[in-house]
Amino acid sequence: MAITFTLNGKSQSVDVDPQMPLLWVLRDTLNMTGTKFGCGMALCGACTVHINGEASRSCITPISAVAGKKITTIEGLSADGSHPVQQAWVEIDVPQCGYCQCGQIMSAAALLSKKASPTDAEIDDFMSGNICRCGTYQRIRKAIHRAAELQASHGKSA
Amino acid sequence: MTTLNFDRREFLKIGAAAGGGLLIPLHLPTFDRQDQAQQQEKKTPNPFNAWVHIAPDNRVTLLLEKSEMGQGIMTALPMILAEELCVDWKSVTVEQAPTNPEIYNHGTGGSGSVSSCWLPMRRAGAAAREMLVAAAAARWSVNPNSCVAQDGGVLHGSRKNFLTYGQLVDDAARQPIPNLNTVPLKNSDNFTIVGKEKPRWEGVSKTNGAAKFGIDSRVPGMQFAVVARCPVFGGKLKSFDAAKAKQVAGVREVFAIDPVATGAFTAGGVAILADNSWAAMQGRRALQVEWEPGPHAGESTETLRQQFLENARKPGKAVRNDGDANAAIAASAKKVEATYEFPFAAHATMEPMNCTVDIGPDSAEAWVPTQAPQWAQDVIAGVSKLPKDKITVHTTLMGGGFGRRYMADFVMEAAQISKVTGKPVMVLWSREDDMQHDFYRPASYHRFSGAVNDKGEIAAWIHFQTSTSIDAMWSPKGAETPENSEFATAAFIPYQTPNYRVEYTLAKSGVPRAWWRSVEHSTSGFVVECFVDELAAAAGANPLEFRLRSIGSDRKIPDFGDPTHGKPLDTARLKGVLKLASEKANWGSPLPNGVARGIAGYYSFETYTAAVAEVSMKGGMPKIHRLVYAVDCGRPVNPEGIRAQVEGAAVYGLSAALHDAITIDGGRVVQSNFNDYQMPRIADAPKTEIFIVESKEEPTGIGEPGLPVVAASVCNAVYALTKKRVRRLPIRKEDLA
Repeated sequence: MAITFTLNGKSQSVDVDPQMPLLWVLRDTLNMTGTKFGCGMALCGACTVHINGEASRSCITPISAVAGKKITTIEGLSADGSHPVQQAWVEIDVPQCGYCQCGQIMSAAALLSKKASPTDAEIDDFMSGNICRCGTYQRIRKAIHRAAELQASHGKSA
Repeated sequence: MTTLNFDRREFLKIGAAAGGGLLIPLHLPTFDRQDQAQQQEKKTPNPFNAWVHIAPDNRVTLLLEKSEMGQGIMTALPMILAEELCVDWKSVTVEQAPTNPEIYNHGTGGSGSVSSCWLPMRRAGAAAREMLVAAAAARWSVNPNSCVAQDGGVLHGSRKNFLTYGQLVDDAARQPIPNLNTVPLKNSDNFTIVGKEKPRWEGVSKTNGAAKFGIDSRVPGMQFAVVARCPVFGGKLKSFDAAKAKQVAGVREVFAIDPVATGAFTAGGVAILADNSWAAMQGRRALQVEWEPGPHAGESTETLRQQFLENARKPGKAVRNDGDANAAIAASAKKVEATYEFPFAAHATMEPMNCTVDIGPDSAEAWVPTQAPQWAQDVIAGVSKLPKDKITVHTTLMGGGFGRRYMADFVMEAAQISKVTGKPVMVLWSREDDMQHDFYRPASYHRFSGAVNDKGEIAAWIHFQTSTSIDAMWSPKGAETPENSEFATAAFIPYQTPNYRVEYTLAKSGVPRAWWRSVEHSTSGFVVECFVDELAAAAGANPLEFRLRSIGSDRKIPDFGDPTHGKPLDTARLKGVLKLASEKANWGSPLPNGVARGIAGYYSFETYTAAVAEVSMKGGMPKIHRLVYAVDCGRPVNPEGIRAQVEGAAVYGLSAALHDAITIDGGRVVQSNFNDYQMPRIADAPKTEIFIVESKEEPTGIGEPGLPVVAASVCNAVYALTKKRVRRLPIRKEDLA
């Protein structure tokens, strides 16, 4: 049975096992590989997407649970990398291997949509579910502060 | 038999004939730049084929022979090439070189890419530049010495006589190739790219989902496979029933694959192939399978510890014996004894192991996130029975490597499966597979005895070690000298003592071991830098001053195990980083109540690193507030990249200090995912400041040297705060109670 949802602003239908996690629908059915597989148990945050604006772990979200909802993935965060979080990530040169960074960026964008100017403690709390094995945490923190500035100066982001 | 350069101590020989990849690590006098230069001279590929592609519209593409796993090599090596080529860095595109060991020195590890490629890249860039200049001079019928390369073109006299590289490249590629040993290199005072801050070349692609890792490989008609492996190391498949697995929608095939004991070291098992990753994983859950647990089923962390203790009761093989350390200790008033313990540690790259292989009747193609594409090619050649030149291996970006991706087990599995089906297949490992079938950092046990005399000098230093050696794992020859992979700098400490004894006993284990970020330095750095701190305390001395005094005069200390290996330890440079880090950290200045400093300084991968940690106690465990580093890695090629690597090594080192422990029960790994194998989270990351020594020495390693000083500086700070010594990692609350 087809399941329909909004993906990066466009209506999308898939006909798959309703238990199949959103992660694998994105990656294997729709070939959108920006969202990453890290643990399969919502322990690392590499698979983070937005579901109705909330940072969510796509690896444990059955596709049936997103019917009718709005999904944003890294590919749809901005058309051209212009989201303040993406700009800040480039400016601070955050990524090393880069594998976890799409998940980090999606979490950071969700944080900034709720909290325009988070403190270090708020950042540490909100980002605690995203592991970076390369250890880019110090730059992530710095980049979130920078993104908050960019967001404030550009006005509300998409 | 092809011999390849590998920049770690181990020189790898890979025989394609032996079922696709018999790996024999040998401790040959390594890697010698002269030797490599001669090799390159032998091959001397045309630089316009091998290294530099210039399009008629002046677009410049530089090729990269090493693999990018986050360490920034996709930026650093092309910077060196671009510098000599005299092109604008902003106009450069970087492309992964094809896998071809006849031309390229593939194999990325040992923090060796920049140091081993420094001269070859400069020479390749300079050769291309000279050929472009020669082409321009011929076009103008002038003396090449009257022409200069600059800004992606060649200039003669004024801008009126300026030809772009795009206009010259066809002629240039036909010029004689200069002798690489004599081709003129730029004066380093004129560098405009090397030494400047450059952001990661592929950085933008890592912020928008465009970067393609191995796991993102998509090939028309591909299948996704998972493998059910015996959870017990050395166990075998007894029987399986595929019926239930095949009932899972999307599952297409289920069949057994053989284990490969030597070389790739795969567990074998049952492959489940499906239309997508999820279906394959569901199929594996449904599979009915029985295992033959094999000879290691009785091994546990406890039995290994008993073996360590048993070994430690007897003398080991004398690795080094200067003076008479036992007599000196017996005669000393100030003695210190300490034992240190380390568990196995997993690499836990964020991207789990995976490999995509498509073996056809006449050729094969593979997409591999690998530190060793040349080995992947050998493995696929062995399985497919195709000649190597028919096997195209694409090296993809890696979601972390840390040594794990030097292995070829995941390549072997994909090759075995594609060989059966004749179709493209991705073998995908789950996090649990990755955690439970790694090649782990060895577990080890160290017994130290030492003494200081009345003058506060180190009177004796005895280091007994027993461990599950890496070398003993990889070949019978390695098993004859298992100590070779276990000590490194711990067998030639910079601290002066007339009585210095190092002993070793191999501990047997069925748990696979290999190189883990900073390898033996991760434990050697800890024990040496913690034990010297204990001696400083025994002498009643300031830990920094004790170190500087015990290092003593400026001199160069060769690697004890192999004096021809690498560069000798330069005590002046080690003292330099200790002084710089302590100065930047305001060593000795007052701190708030409940905060203390600890220090460590260490030499690894030809690089000098010192760190000062500022630590408090929170809930019975250390909280690390600040790490101040000084690093001397020779000429900094990309300071921005160096800082990133040290920041990363700091967190990886904290992971070892606070969390990393793989335990064994019933011959299998107990941990399975990030719930029971914890990683540092963002709140654990201290403020890390890095000071890079200005140097014109040849550049040396930076991917790993930041790590060994982390746990040591932290634990030395814990001692300064609590007077309790941490002597086993990870740090446990009960050890500090």
